[in-house]
Amino acid sequence: MTDAPILTVNNLSVAYEGGGTSHTIIDGVSFTLRRGEILGIVGESGSGKSMTCRALMRLLPSSRLRVTGGSVWLEDGRDVLSLSQGELTQVRGRRIGMIFQNPASHLDPVMSIGRQIAESIRHHRKIGRKEAWARMLDILRQVGIPDPESRANAYTHEFSGGMRQRAMIAVALACDPDILIADEPTTALDVTVQAQILRLLQQLRDERGLSIIFITHDLGVVYQLCDTVAVMYAGRLCEYGAMHEVIHRPRHHYTAGLVACQPGSEGGTGRVHTIPGQPPSPGDMPPGCRFHPRCGAADALCAARQPPLRETHEGHACACHHPVGIEAEAEA
Amino acid sequence: MSRYRFVLYRPFQLIPVLIGISIITFVLIRSIPGDPARVLLGPRTTESALARVREQFGLDEPLWLQYFYFVKNLFKGELGKSILYKVDVLKLIATRIEPTLVLVIGSVLLALLIATPMAAIAARRRGSWADHLIRIISTAGLGFPAFWLAIMLILLFSVQLGWFPVTGYGRTFWEKVHHMTLPCLTTGLALAAVLTRNLRASILAELQSDQATAARARGLPENVVFWRHVVPNSLVPTVNLLAVNIGWLISGSVVIETVFAIPGMGQLLIRGIFTRDYMVVQGVAMVFACATVLVNFLADILTVTIDPRVKL
Repeated sequence: MTDAPILTVNNLSVAYEGGGTSHTIIDGVSFTLRRGEILGIVGESGSGKSMTCRALMRLLPSSRLRVTGGSVWLEDGRDVLSLSQGELTQVRGRRIGMIFQNPASHLDPVMSIGRQIAESIRHHRKIGRKEAWARMLDILRQVGIPDPESRANAYTHEFSGGMRQRAMIAVALACDPDILIADEPTTALDVTVQAQILRLLQQLRDERGLSIIFITHDLGVVYQLCDTVAVMYAGRLCEYGAMHEVIHRPRHHYTAGLVACQPGSEGGTGRVHTIPGQPPSPGDMPPGCRFHPRCGAADALCAARQPPLRETHEGHACACHHPVGIEAEAEA
Repeated sequence: MSRYRFVLYRPFQLIPVLIGISIITFVLIRSIPGDPARVLLGPRTTESALARVREQFGLDEPLWLQYFYFVKNLFKGELGKSILYKVDVLKLIATRIEPTLVLVIGSVLLALLIATPMAAIAARRRGSWADHLIRIISTAGLGFPAFWLAIMLILLFSVQLGWFPVTGYGRTFWEKVHHMTLPCLTTGLALAAVLTRNLRASILAELQSDQATAARARGLPENVVFWRHVVPNSLVPTVNLLAVNIGWLISGSVVIETVFAIPGMGQLLIRGIFTRDYMVVQGVAMVFACATVLVNFLADILTVTIDPRVKL
């Protein structure tokens, strides 16, 4: 991991426009990714973690969703959000690869795996059929698909769940991107296969210097894999910092709640801890801190003013008026 | 290759279909009032002449025996002798099959040529004026009966503009093309309307699909995503719809051949029914049935080829 950022997301905002109204879905999300870094974006369903990554790839799933502000800087100083369609096809796949939760639906069912990979390679590298095919076999081997010569001609439905995910990683890595966005890639897999895929991602990071944005709702996976963590709640970043810092000393009450929710976390009463209440819906966001209706430490200030994301310690930022442990430390 | 194994045993499934069709047409044509011998000899004839004709064509035998002879002939590859024309039905069909084949194949090709770009334009520019126009036209196309559209096309292109002949088939290749353009257009347009709507809907669904998103995420340009990933995945339901509609087209040729006076099998069938020419009606119905089964068989092969997940 080096210090130069390879991707800088600045103040990214996405709105849903429809029926004459506009709801902000993603509100001013910022983070940086360095070479060889694995960043985990954590949050519950609907917190905007997937949407953030779709937005920075300019792959928002509906024409009603619009990026309303912010920038996504690449290493070479270009802003992804202002690229032309032609430039975009050179960035997608070549600079930033993406893998998804459900490989069965995200791979073309009527084209063989080998041809899908070779197709991307030929598009980005402008090389001949034979050379692309050889390179494709090489990639299949790298992601741990046994007997690539024969498996290359197989179709998605002929692969097992774990092999499908490996195949999708192979498709995403076909053109050697610097960044891989992994949108819950292990959620649909059973635990042993999940561990294999995580190991594969780590290995790819170590061997290729790949930077990974890993979207998940599973703190256990973050703990195994990530260097840094960004916690999202209701479309905003609420905590961001080095993984061990955030997991072991969460500052935001939401993060603290998430950590406490992990089965087997401290206490050991045998009951699973939960955060009371429901996350707000996009059309009905509470004023001030969006977490305050569910927060035990909330007061009038939290309901009135949105807390800015500010650094509490070196490399650890939190958007809370009353960060966990800060007053306690000050008093002590 | 095991997915293609159905090719070997599918022909055997034709047998029950043919048995069913043979019984139904045999019974139906004979249950219409009228007597082929009387049609042949006209109103002023003697009972003994009628009896001679009936004997000659085996019409005096009991029904079950007539059916037995019919099936026996089928096994010999014969369809019997026409009562009116006094020639083998098979020979009769051989002289009439070409115009019908041209009509069906021409209509399908025209329909595909019209429907594919229309559906592609409508789906890619969803909500644009082009999309609305295509949807209005294709909805209207569903509503027009074929014979009405045929008459309108004749009025416009033949009577008003004089571009195409009103009726007939022609002798040379270009004469045939010239004569068959309007008939093919008539059925082709109706088929295109069905196909466009169906293909547009499945392309729209496929454009939003996960696999299309993933293809875009790989950096493939929208054109490549569309033609290599969206269209192939949208084709499977359309192929099956096309097969069903070709069956409809084969029987629909009866109407079109009548309107345009094309000497094809549909016309032969109509004339056979009017003159109670039992053998001709049975023969044409058997050929139509075989053709419909064959088309569906080809559609199955095509489906298996397009979609590797399909097992038959």
